[in-house]
Amino acid sequence: MRERTGFALFVHSLWKYRFLTIMLAPALAVLVVNNYMPMFGVFIAFKNINYIDGIFGSPWVGFKNFEFLFNSGSIWRITRNTVLYSVAFMIVNTVLSVVIAVAINELRGRLAKTYQTFLIMPYFLSMIVVGYLVYAFLNPEKGFVNGTVLEWFGADPVSWYSEKPYWPYILILVNAWKNVGIGAVIYIAAIAGIDNEYYEAAVIDGATKWKQIVHITLPLIQPIIVILTILSMGSVFNTDFGLFYQVPMDSGALYPVTDTVDTYVYRVLMELNDIGMSSAAALAQSVLGFILVLLTNSAVRRINSDQALF
Amino acid sequence: MSSQLRRRENAISPPASLLLNACFILLSLACILPVILVVIVSFTHIDSLVSEGYRFIPSRWSTIAYESLFKDYGTLVRAYAISIGLTVGGTALSVILMALYAYPISRQDYPFRAFFTFILFFTMLFSGGVVSKYIVFTQVLDLLDTYAALLLPLLIIPFNVIIMRTFFQATIHPALIESARIDGAGEFRIFFRIVLPLSLPVMATMALLGTIVFWNDWFNALLFIRTEEKYPLQYLMLRVLNDVQYLRNNVQLASQNPELMSNLPDESLQMALAVVCMGPILLVYPFFQKYFVKGLTVGAVKG
Repeated sequence: MRERTGFALFVHSLWKYRFLTIMLAPALAVLVVNNYMPMFGVFIAFKNINYIDGIFGSPWVGFKNFEFLFNSGSIWRITRNTVLYSVAFMIVNTVLSVVIAVAINELRGRLAKTYQTFLIMPYFLSMIVVGYLVYAFLNPEKGFVNGTVLEWFGADPVSWYSEKPYWPYILILVNAWKNVGIGAVIYIAAIAGIDNEYYEAAVIDGATKWKQIVHITLPLIQPIIVILTILSMGSVFNTDFGLFYQVPMDSGALYPVTDTVDTYVYRVLMELNDIGMSSAAALAQSVLGFILVLLTNSAVRRINSDQALF
Repeated sequence: MSSQLRRRENAISPPASLLLNACFILLSLACILPVILVVIVSFTHIDSLVSEGYRFIPSRWSTIAYESLFKDYGTLVRAYAISIGLTVGGTALSVILMALYAYPISRQDYPFRAFFTFILFFTMLFSGGVVSKYIVFTQVLDLLDTYAALLLPLLIIPFNVIIMRTFFQATIHPALIESARIDGAGEFRIFFRIVLPLSLPVMATMALLGTIVFWNDWFNALLFIRTEEKYPLQYLMLRVLNDVQYLRNNVQLASQNPELMSNLPDESLQMALAVVCMGPILLVYPFFQKYFVKGLTVGAVKG
């Protein structure tokens, strides 16, 4: 058999494996259209787009759009909100998920399964439905909170959709309600994987339940907690659009505490039709996110190279 | 036997168990009560709503909300049909496309494996952002107001493709493929006749994930759908709630359009819409949550 090198080898394997390449072609086309074309489309952030010249004919403006963005005064607000909410969600959800996982593991059996079924139910609802559920509680005139709960305590009704101070807590609560159950499932699986001999040995040594949790369960699931936490660091600049747009009903009075990069980009694009500024904000978000993922990965690699993504 | 005995010895004390159970019952209630409230409001009589607001035990019940919901069924049924169509079609397409991508990059002998894995993986690291995608979809591809704009963004979930690839690598032995090839089977035949039947668990998990994603999606409709006749169910719900809220908040606008005000769907109708929308998911999720949890934990371990 003749030795094949370089280009000839490439052509040969291209032909030999053509059916495998044909197989992945449709999904590849989707990736190109849905992911890669928008990636190359980021150049619009450096243009002053107008519909007469189209996206290719519009004039280049360098970093003008970013200047406008930084001078608009919103940048501080949306960055602060985005980062603070992301960090708060991360802490609250992780703590609650771990606590629930540890507790459910102690119950075991059929009841534990039932609780788990209830706890992950909210994860399956869309943010639109969650918006309706929240509205049923917070509707200013008829909602359950104003009409029943506050009445019990003799407190005055609150017009929830225009009072800023409550929303950070409401959003953290709603987010936890929706996602803690499913987060706990991962930790439950991790705890189920712990060798029972550790606990048997601990019982022989007379360790209390609390000691077992602190000295066996938590240390053994700690690597997973660390990895999941670090991974979510990569998405600190991304928020759940539905949570911040639909749950507060896009109420203008609440923007100071509910506006995040995602809702800001959407609003500037769709309502103000300012392609320049919204694309600048979106690009800044993507680039910062990319940098964070890379930093995150190198951090994971330093802690435990097996668990690094790449 | 002895291990099981020790496990029982190691169980928490009855009072602690009671306390823990009480906590979990409260938590379970916290998860389910909002849904129950919405269901009850949808069955509450309008007089009851006006006089006492949303209650868990209203004084008067009524099914009028559902009657008017189904009397004016055109919009709702259409939105339902669109959502079901998008969910079924989108899920089927998504699973088959992802499997067809995952299989080649799972094959150790495929020379372009590393390249195509990277192409897939890079989309998880960097994205062009929503504005760029909006411009590309509307200006370059002309997808505004088409269902393709709702399907395309959700068809390939890179992370799920990676999970499928890992599954193929772990379950399909190369010798199996080799022997099929010796018997004269082509690549497509091997994939559809041998690989797919052996991978039903992961395919089922992906189909369930896809169903949830397509059924619950509304963001793409918010961006790309303009015509009312094309609204999927979730987006219809968004518009109903937000438009009503907008009118209620703008007293001036409302006073100029008394007719508009009187035609507003009342709250029980809105909540009936929410019930109709979450119904299918709530009915089926207890049955498939097992597979869902399995798929999720597989992903977590490999992630």
